[in-house]
Amino acid sequence: MANKIPRVPVREQDPKVRATNFEEVCYGYNAEEAQLEASRCLNCKNPRCVGACPVSVKIPTFINEVAAGNFARAAEIIAEDSSLPAICGRVCPQETQCEGSCILGVKGEPVAIGKLERFVADWSRENGGVKPVVAPANGHKVAVIGSGPAGLACASDLAKLGYKVTVFEALHRPGGVLEYGIPEFRLPKDKVVAAEIAAVKALGVTIETNVIAGRTVTIDRLMDDEGFDAVFIGSGAGLPRFMNIPGEHFNGVFSANEFLTRNNLMKAYRDDYDTPIHAGKKVVVVGGGNVAMDAARTALRLGAETTIVYRRTENELPARKEEVHHAKEEGIQFAMLTNPVEILGDENGWVCGVRCIRMELGEPDESGRRSPVEIPGSEFDIETETVIMSLGTSPNPLIARTTAGLETTRRGCIVADENGTTSRPGVFAGGDAVTGAATVILAMGAGRKAAAAIHEYIQNL
Amino acid sequence: MYKIVRKDMLTPTICRMKVEAPRLASAAQPGQFLIVRADEQGERIPLTISDYDAEAGTVTIVTQKIGASTSEICSYEEGDSFADVVGPLGIPSDFTEKSAEELASKKYVFIAGGVGTAPVYPQVKWLHERGVAVDVIIGAKTKDLIIYKEEMESVCDNLYICTDDGSEGFKGLVTAMLEKLVNEDGKKYDQAIAIGPMIMMKFATLTCRKLELPVIVSLNTLMVDGTGMCGACRVTVGGKVRFACVEGPEFDGYLVDFDEAMRRQRMYCTEEREATEHHTCRIGRGK
Repeated sequence: MANKIPRVPVREQDPKVRATNFEEVCYGYNAEEAQLEASRCLNCKNPRCVGACPVSVKIPTFINEVAAGNFARAAEIIAEDSSLPAICGRVCPQETQCEGSCILGVKGEPVAIGKLERFVADWSRENGGVKPVVAPANGHKVAVIGSGPAGLACASDLAKLGYKVTVFEALHRPGGVLEYGIPEFRLPKDKVVAAEIAAVKALGVTIETNVIAGRTVTIDRLMDDEGFDAVFIGSGAGLPRFMNIPGEHFNGVFSANEFLTRNNLMKAYRDDYDTPIHAGKKVVVVGGGNVAMDAARTALRLGAETTIVYRRTENELPARKEEVHHAKEEGIQFAMLTNPVEILGDENGWVCGVRCIRMELGEPDESGRRSPVEIPGSEFDIETETVIMSLGTSPNPLIARTTAGLETTRRGCIVADENGTTSRPGVFAGGDAVTGAATVILAMGAGRKAAAAIHEYIQNL
Repeated sequence: MYKIVRKDMLTPTICRMKVEAPRLASAAQPGQFLIVRADEQGERIPLTISDYDAEAGTVTIVTQKIGASTSEICSYEEGDSFADVVGPLGIPSDFTEKSAEELASKKYVFIAGGVGTAPVYPQVKWLHERGVAVDVIIGAKTKDLIIYKEEMESVCDNLYICTDDGSEGFKGLVTAMLEKLVNEDGKKYDQAIAIGPMIMMKFATLTCRKLELPVIVSLNTLMVDGTGMCGACRVTVGGKVRFACVEGPEFDGYLVDFDEAMRRQRMYCTEEREATEHHTCRIGRGK
């Protein structure tokens, strides 16, 4: 009976209206909608959704409490495994994780696990939050480098175990990619990010901003002079890639990182902030990931006619389905099977267009995706004032370069096993710094595993 | 918070501030820079470090009022605090890696322009403390705009002042002074280091090339984070893309594409924006 109810749709801001503001797109469920959606869960004996969650949230258990109206209890259950539920409920790629494994999805629509998690987290925050459960102080100190998803997840778990944790953040606000990368309309900063970070601090975690590991302090200094027993590196993958095509130096070519950081962290979209940003009337975004969608939808909201240029087809877009759907609804144009070969500039050195070439899909490559091949002679120009390169990012080499004995791969990623153990005793790493750019939830999973490994390491010291 | 413990105006538009930032002060080395954000709504402004005191936990910054943000920084008084001060950023000067023997055999000349004189000071001081011979050329528009004269005198072998109007020292550009020293006065230098406005560093490099003198320049590019994240600071050096914030700010002057760097520096200038509205686009016309 339960699975006869169709998936409860979630209310969203009208696409035409939201294309002109930075308010959150999705309104989320209310209590009634959440209870109805929760009643669809079959409460499987062997829940596949839990196994598909990188932090193993006890999904059917919390959904059961939602169905019964016990929202506070549901929040406690989630808090046992996730320190950032309001964030994960908003930005996780549920369709390839929990919801992708939901048995209801085989014949129909999976349970809206992400929206339910978000509902529980939002309800809990507005109703006083989950009371922190922290073990007595054990006298050990752990340093965490980076206050993004990996660092916060690691810090939370260690704080709960009684460690004195200090998180060092290079920027002026904690949150890492949650703060500088993901836009306000997808992840509200004050309401959600700051609130969840406050909850992490409530566990006793100290966050020191404006400290750049490898410059302001070194790992050696933290361990030798400041008495940290272990260090977790969750410094992310912050270095932008460019295409190395002619014209990339023209004024008006930006990395998605710069464009988004100016707008998100530095609040360029708000009149009361001094940050300048350049979008112009027409913007081309190169790339097909979540960051490309974020950059394009940000440019659109700043008033630009925006086109996403991607070298494969829509089927290969690495972005979350929901983001692509939202981008289309808002009026973003998609130029598929298209790749830039040159940026065109005017006599003053400003961008005036992008020369592109048409592509077709060839043989599958090692990732299993059919690799795009240029169609000779198919070059054409797109007029634009701004080009935003969203081609992925790689880890910042600063820490590896200043930490003797810390092994890295050829691509600059820190070498660590699945528990975060690196080539340096007492130094652990996880998240994008190890894997290269991935997702918030995978970074959190890595942070949690490293926290367990750090606990074991210190216990055996 | 980062408290300003001392402030003095070096000229009506250039102020010097000593700011509490203990971690930064104990890590800073010559050639590095920092970023200041005056208040919650402020921009992140890269500034050079003109001195640091690990024991007192303070760093000294020298700021010239150029735009809204630098004017705001200069409007802060002793006892006020900045929202954020972060650093040290960038790679320390090349010579900090050299051995004492290697340094002892070298003769350095610094070419300092305008507010760029301030970051030259810790470099000269560092070399002087290690007994290295250093000459310094300071250039300014006029006498009243010369900064760090006394400080520099106390740490260098010879100080040469140049002003555009001849109100103090040599009347003319720093490049003319350098040519005079080498060609007429028979001075021999192994390494030049030029720090100042981009246009001055460009011409200083051209002069050094003529004199066959290696030159290092310190690029003050646009930046947001200063840690390698945004790529706003990218410059072409020797035909390769380099990020001034993490791979610089100091580069071999011979290899820097100054014209491109100057154009990129003006990215957010309103004049530049207005100019673009009248541009002629080459789109569809090929190269």
